[in-house]
This record gives sequence, C-alpha cells and structure tokens, in this order.
Amino acid sequence: MQEETQTQTQTIEQLFRDERRSILATLIRLIGDFDRAEDALAAAWEAALVQWPREGRPVNPRAWLIRAARNKAVDDIRRRMVAERGREELEQEAAVHDSAAVAAPDEAEESPAILLDDQLRLIFTCCHPALAVEAQVALTLRTLAGLSTEEIARAFLLPAPTMAQRLVRAKHKIREAGIPYRIPDEADRQERTDAVLTVIYLVFNEGYAATSGQALVRHDLAAEAIRLGRLLCDLLPEQPAPRGLLALMLLHDSRRDARADAAGDLVLLEDQDRARWDQNEIREGLLLVDLVLRQGAPDSYALQAAIAAVHAQAARAADTDWRQIAALYARLYELHPSPVVMLNHAVAVAMADGPAAGLAILDRLAASGVLAGYHLLPAARADLLRRQGRAADAAAAYREALALVSHPAERRFLQRRLAEVDPTAAPLSPV
Amino acid sequence: MQYLLLIYDNEAKMKTATPAESAAMHKAYGEFSASIVKSGNMKGGNALQPTSTATTVRVREGKTLSTDGPFAETKEQLGGYYLIEAGNLDEAIKIAARIPSAAYGSIEVRPILVLPNTM
Repeated sequence: MQEETQTQTQTIEQLFRDERRSILATLIRLIGDFDRAEDALAAAWEAALVQWPREGRPVNPRAWLIRAARNKAVDDIRRRMVAERGREELEQEAAVHDSAAVAAPDEAEESPAILLDDQLRLIFTCCHPALAVEAQVALTLRTLAGLSTEEIARAFLLPAPTMAQRLVRAKHKIREAGIPYRIPDEADRQERTDAVLTVIYLVFNEGYAATSGQALVRHDLAAEAIRLGRLLCDLLPEQPAPRGLLALMLLHDSRRDARADAAGDLVLLEDQDRARWDQNEIREGLLLVDLVLRQGAPDSYALQAAIAAVHAQAARAADTDWRQIAALYARLYELHPSPVVMLNHAVAVAMADGPAAGLAILDRLAASGVLAGYHLLPAARADLLRRQGRAADAAAAYREALALVSHPAERRFLQRRLAEVDPTAAPLSPV
Repeated sequence: MQYLLLIYDNEAKMKTATPAESAAMHKAYGEFSASIVKSGNMKGGNALQPTSTATTVRVREGKTLSTDGPFAETKEQLGGYYLIEAGNLDEAIKIAARIPSAAYGSIEVRPILVLPNTM
C-alpha cells in the first residue's frame, strides 16, 4: 500500500515535469502575468499532490491543473483586492474573468493547436529582442526549461540574488513595457526565430564550452538546449533554421564523452576516441543535416552542422575529408566574414594542402591585427609550425598563446604541447 | 497603452543638410505624422529647437541654478517626440521604426507610467 502510494506520487511528479512548461505557457496567457501564473501553478500542484492520491487522478490532469491554477489566481486577486481596494486590482480581476469567459471551453483549450501556440507565445516572449540577451537566456531557462533560479545562477557562475534580480527585471519589463504574449506575425517571424535560436545556442555553448569544474551542472545546459531545439523544430516545422541548429548541437554533443580525459583536460578532435562518440546523436544529426542541406541556401548553423557532419563520418581522424571542410568554411565565411571563421578555414586548408598553405592564411590574419589578443590564433600557428618541424618558432607561438589563454584546461593543453616542442619548459609550471 | 517615442538624431549633421535633403526630411515627417493620425495612434508630438537653445534647471538648497545646454552631451540629441497609443510594445516598435530619423538616429520607446490616482 505504502509502496503503491509512492509509485503514484512518482507518476504524478513525472507528469508534472513533462507538462509543466506547456501548462505554464497556457496559464500566462489566461492570467496575463508570469509571476502570478507561476504562483498559481505551484499552488495547484500542491493541491494535486494532496488530492490526487486520495481521490484518484482526474481523467484530464492537465485541464484539472489549469482550472485549479486559474481559480487560485482569481482568488488571489480577490483577496488582494479586499485588502487594498485598489482600482487596478479590480480591473485585473475583470481581466482574468474576461479571459476565462473568452477562453473556449476546456475541450477546445486542450486542442493540440492551442497547446502549441501557447508554447510558441512563451518562447517568443522569453526571447523578445526588447529584453537584454542575458535576461532572455535567464528567462528561457527559468520558464521554458523549468530550472530553478539557483541552478541558473550556478550554471553562469553568478550569485543567486544577482540571477533572481535579473529575472525580476525581465518580468517587470515584460509587464510594464507591454511586451505582448503572442506569436510574431509573418513579417517578423524569421527575425524573431533567429533571436530564439541565438538564445538556445548560447545556452548550449555555455554548457558545451565547460570541460571541467561545473561539468555536471553545465552538461544539463547542453541537454536542455537540445531539448529546446527539438521543441522549436516541432513547433516551427516549416522552418529549416531550427533543424540546422538542432543538428549542430547534436553533432557537437555526440563528442562530449570523448572531449575531456579523466583529469578533465581537453582532448583534441584528432586525438579523441571515436568509439566514445554518441552514435544515436550522430545518426539523428546526420539525418537533419541532410534534410536541411536539401532545402537549399543553408544558414550558418546548417553550414557548421555540415562541417561537424564531415567529422562525424570519419571513422578515424586520418579519414577526415578536409577539402570538403575547407570548402564549407569558405562558404561560411561568405555568410559570416569573421576572423574566427577564417582561422578555422586556414586550419582546414593546412590539413588538406599542408601546413605551409594554412600558415600563409594565418600570417595574413595576424598581419590584419583583428584577432590580436585571441589565444587561438597563436595556438593554431604554433600547431602548424610544429607540424613543419620548426620547434623553436612553434615554442614561441605556444608561449604567445599561453600568455592570452584563460580557461584552465586549455592552458594545461597548451603547456603540454609547449613541453613537446621545448623540453626545457616544465609541463605544469605556473604562469 | 501609451508610449513616448523620443527621437534622437545628430544635430550637427542635420545642420549641414542641403535644402533638398531638409525638404525631403520634412516631407517624410509630414507623411509619417499624417499616417499615424489616420491610424488613430497619434496622441501628440512636437519637434524641438536644437540643443543650442536648451537650458538645464536645477534647484539646490532652495536656489535655482540655470545652465546653458542639455543635461548631458551625447553624440545624438533629443530632437522631438511623439506620444502614441499602441496595443503593445511590438506595435509601438513598428511605429517607431517608421519615424524617418530611425534610419539615421535612434528612437527610444518609453511606456507612459500610469499613476493609480489618475486613472
């Protein structure tokens, strides 16, 4: 009996985890306020935990929770109104009643189209360009991913009160500036979708860039970003861009177990144990890349995914089709003429045509000065010089890179490489 | 909701505009104003004299201190404003983007604070 109750509670909790975001998305529309919707849902959830095990689970748990939360919100407003007799509260009560009256009966409220629309409304509102990008990221993780303020703060290495403040400010701006809870119209859809993709990719990179320390928390971020990417693909099936991003994230994430050694140090792509790559993610990623490329005019996410796909298809590092990668980077550079893309292009050219060809591009980049202060430029030069057997030049370039690098794992990696070309350099000397 | 659209533009550049450029600008503003009157969004608005005519006033310890010029020297100066009625921020942004100066300067969109006792 005891055991049965516990199992039942677990199922209820599972249901809540699965449905929370979609219920919250609907409640924000009905109640018209993020905070009140969250409070109302929390209260409805508490009631469910008491009532369901006792009286049995309702036939439609989602509808039950929405109704309970909506009633809570109306009660709350009424209570506050009695306490304050404020005019604003009266109007808000009317607004809740109005929306309750306007909203179709529960069967229509349950229609898949409305559920999807509410989730899209929530996504586009969290990623509204009138909010600062950090606020968009925080709000997306809090509201869409359901992470706690403390979890988000930890992931971004910020004190919890700072993150809480950021969320409060974002919700305040949504309310006071009149950021609408709606799906952008056709004319803005593309641009606003790009903004959503940027937020998802930022979340992914925050999780993916970490190779030590907060690894656990941060892997959650990468997984969460992939989940959001999947959701966006489902919600916007007519758009290729979300698929390109999802493919990119899957193909990068497929290497996560091979990217760091036992000590948490970075393992280069060419040195990774490819047997540890996640084949399920690769299969799904390759399928998506194929789909997106066939739709034509690939964007930068799709091109980056295509590059990752070439790597994923090489059974050994030596089998990599570097010529194709160099060509893809050249196309990416046409879309995004950024020095970092040029740097990657140079490395691919070096792999396809030899270090001298790559060095020629890197020297032009270095001469332009646009990457001054960026450790990956001297690091890439050092690597090509090492391959040419120019140990002294390589050591100088590694030292230059070491003076600029900040990530501990990358620093250790560069120090190991330096020790290879210059045995007098102690591999673990503090800098 | 009501929003104030504050128009910031580079005065120095405006001064060096050719008569043809100025005329085109006036025409563009005339058309924009007429369009938001027609759509019912217009609640008010004015162009301002340049900042060379501005006076900043402060009262400190009961004394009124007047100084020449705007509160802060910036690259772009407040040159005018519209007060509009819009359904939400997206609509306000769309209207702001149609202000001719948006293509050269910038428009700050500020929701009007509604005080409870003025409702």
